[in-house]
Formats: sequence, C-alpha cells, structure tokens
Amino acid sequence: MRTLVILGGGTAGTMAANKLRARLAAEEWQIIVIDKDDNHDYQPAYLFVPFGINKVKQVRKSRRSFIDDGIEVRMADIERVDAEARLVHLGDGSELGYDYLIMATGTTPRPDQTPGMLGPEWRKSVHEFYTYDGMLALKKSLKDFQGGRLVMHITELPIKCPVAPLEFVMLADDFLTKKGVRAATEIVYVTPLDGAFTKPVASRELGHHLSTRNIKVEPDFMIESVDQEAKVIRSYDEREVAYDLLVTVPLNMGADYVAASGLGDELNYVPVDKHTNQSTAYPNIFALGDGSNLPTSKAGSVAHFSVEVFVDNFCELIEGRPMTHSFDGHANCFVESGNGRALLLDFNYETEPLTGHFPLPVGPMSLLKATRANHVGKLAFRHVYWNVLLPGRPLPLHAEMSMLGKRVEPQPVDA
Amino acid sequence: MPTTTIAGRQIDVDAEGFLTQPDQWDEDLALTLAANIGITLTDAHWVPIHFLRKDFETQKETATLRRVSTVGGIPVKELFVLFPGKPAKKMSYIAGLQKPKGCV
Repeated sequence: MRTLVILGGGTAGTMAANKLRARLAAEEWQIIVIDKDDNHDYQPAYLFVPFGINKVKQVRKSRRSFIDDGIEVRMADIERVDAEARLVHLGDGSELGYDYLIMATGTTPRPDQTPGMLGPEWRKSVHEFYTYDGMLALKKSLKDFQGGRLVMHITELPIKCPVAPLEFVMLADDFLTKKGVRAATEIVYVTPLDGAFTKPVASRELGHHLSTRNIKVEPDFMIESVDQEAKVIRSYDEREVAYDLLVTVPLNMGADYVAASGLGDELNYVPVDKHTNQSTAYPNIFALGDGSNLPTSKAGSVAHFSVEVFVDNFCELIEGRPMTHSFDGHANCFVESGNGRALLLDFNYETEPLTGHFPLPVGPMSLLKATRANHVGKLAFRHVYWNVLLPGRPLPLHAEMSMLGKRVEPQPVDA
Repeated sequence: MPTTTIAGRQIDVDAEGFLTQPDQWDEDLALTLAANIGITLTDAHWVPIHFLRKDFETQKETATLRRVSTVGGIPVKELFVLFPGKPAKKMSYIAGLQKPKGCV
C-alpha cells in the first residue's frame, strides 16, 4: 500500500484528491487529505456578498462533503513537513508518513505584515475582502457608507485573484451610484504597479474602464504603513493617500508551516517546475494551487487547469515513466465591471490577455469587453464550481490555452 | 531583439532598454547604465546590485524588492532612497537584468 498525503482541501487539493481517487486502485493507494477545518468557501463570492450580488449562505459548504468517500479526511493543523524523512508533523503531536506529498495550502492575507494595518479600526474603516469575516465586515461598512474617499489599495504582488481589486472599484462605482452617494464619493485605486494591470493590453483596456468611471489611479505606490488616526496610508517614498474607507489587499503569503519546513521562498511559496508543479527540491513533492510559485495568476482557473495536467503526469510518474504533460500557465478570469456586465481575460505564460472572442461550445464570449453574457457566465460559475469542478467531473474547457478568436496586436517597432 | 550601443559596446536590450543577455554586463557598463537614469553609483548602491547579480546566478530570475530586502538584508526604505521612485526597475536595469516579473 502506498500513501499520498494532500495538505489542504481547497480548490486544488479537493480536485486533485477526487481525480486521483478515480485513477488510483483503492487496494494499492491510500489518499489522505489534511485541513484545519470543515469550511469550504466559494471564494469569488467574498467579493460579491458585500455588494449583495451573492447571499452569505451561498458562500460556505462542508469540505468533507466534496471529497470522495474513498479518501480519508483529517482535521488538524500542520506543524512541519520533514521532506527527508517523508513525514508530516501535525498540530496534535501525531505524525503521518507519505510516499508522495501534495502541498495545496494556498495563500493567506497577512495584515500583520504592514505596520498599522491591524489597528483598532481594522474591520471598521480598514477592510479586506479575502476572508469570510472580512467579507461580512465590509458588507456592513458599505451599507453604512455615506460618501467620502473610498480607497482600494494593493500592498504587494502576487495576490490571489489579481483582478478582484479592479472588480471591487467598478462594482463599488455601480453600488454607490444606485445608493445615491456616488457624487459625494471619490474612488481611488492605489497600486504598486505602474498602471491598472500588469500586462499592456489588459492594462490599457481596464485603465479605460476606470477612467470612464472617474476612478483615479495612484500608481507605483509601495506601502510603508497605515496611520489609522490620521486616516492615511504612507508609501516608502513618503507619499500619503487619505481615506475615509480603506479596502486593502494585505500582503499575501503561503502557509507558515512551509517556511518551518524549509520548503518555501521569501513569501512561503513552494518553488516548483512551472510546467509540472513538481517541487524543485524533492521529486516526490508537488505544490498545487495558490501555494506554489508558478509565475501566473493565483486563481481558481489556474488551479483547475494545472491539476488536470498534474493528474496525468502523476499517473505516469508512479509507474516509473517520464512525465509527458506540460502546463502552459493557462488562466481565465471573469472581471465584473458593474451594471450586470463582465469582461473575460484568457492568457498563459507566453500570451498576455488579448481582445477578441473566447471559443466555448455554448457560444463565444467576448474577451476584454464588458458584456452581459460574461456576467451571466460568471454568476453561473458558482454552480459549476460546486457541482462539476470540485467533484472532478470534466468541463468543456481545455487546460491548454487556445489562440482561436484572439486579436493579436502589432508589436511596437523599436527606433 | 534590438541592439544598442552602450559605452562603445553592442548590447542586446528589450523594448524598455533592459539587457536581455545578462552576461554582456560588467561593472563598467553598470556605471553607464546608472548614468543613463541619473544615478551616480556609490558603495551603498553596489550592495543591492551585487546581491541582484549573485541571486540571479542561482535563481535564474531577477529578485523582487521584497527578496532584496528579506534575503539581501537591505531595508526597502533604503532602496527607495538609493533608487528613487521605482527601485525594483532601476536596480535591475543597472544590474543588467530583466525587471522583476510583474506578477499577473
């Protein structure tokens, strides 16, 4: 009997567990999933609940109920992985041996890493929307908001779902307009990047969406501290941005046990081969989902596509064959733009998000353009997530990105 | 890839002027690159530049500002003083490396 231990029962861990259970013989392979609690949240809803687009009760379900019966699920904190001894040390003092290990413990907002962020105004006038509690607190503050300076701020990249802060300001514009306080509100988007987004075409298209909504961008802002008394955020180069309501994306970091195990980089992400998700240090360890250092978006779509490639590779590896499948960095993200419309981004390691159409069996969706079809697609995805994606059922989306329908712009000519 | 002449040498650069061949770099070239963006290199400047070069040898990619600070031990505040405005971009430009990946 061989043992596969999966640390983390989120999107990547659950999908990998279910898909592998279907492929690995029960009399030869034991699969164990470890997580600290039984709460599986549909995380895109963290952004929607504060605006009333999703209901609170639509967010959370039982983790166990999405994991196949042939998989053992244990609730425990993870202390440390001893990769040489192939052992996981758990918080209850027990240890667990493995033949193969999947680290899928994601990324977590760390407001403690920025001086002043966790002051007395945390979850009152200073918020984040990447946790269940943060979502609830922000919902209340937005309901009570009567105008002033609303500042959306990003601490540092990489962050989970890098388009979410853009969605937040566009949804806030829509929400505050309907609430009748938009005219009394200044919305400011503060980013460490030099524009609205990282990649040129998307930055231009999304930047246009912000300017038409009268949302000001404050670029190249590296935060040093939050001053909750003066209600300003300060940068290392001594700029100040004043706020009445601050919504920040705190520094994102991988789990602390990753650092304690000596398996992480400076942000506790596990260095992996970007085409196979295999640890660069130990061939029997893989990192899936947001907790790896893959140079692409930390997003559910990346977890989904890379897990599909991983499962095929893993089945080859355990039979002693070379891994022949390669993940191309494929990500696609819906970007809610308010007024019942959304944009769609589709890209990989080599190709930046472009304009054009996204080929789908159910009909084309527009890329980088706000349409109702994209919005309907995004809302429908919650059902797809619970009922198709997590159980590991096939979806008509290819792991490998397609250039079909994409508009390739001429490259700038150098002088 | 375009080629340009810097300090009398043929150098391969990208559209923004960052070197694409790190092995074409040496300390003499760094002086010229720094001067191009209005920086006169002092001993304090050389510390992060040498860190970036050394780190690149093992990591095969340019260290982020956080990595220079946490692994290289140079406070971010100091990097902003040495390379005003955009330290990550300016340091990597002078060190003859690609700018750190703007994470997607």
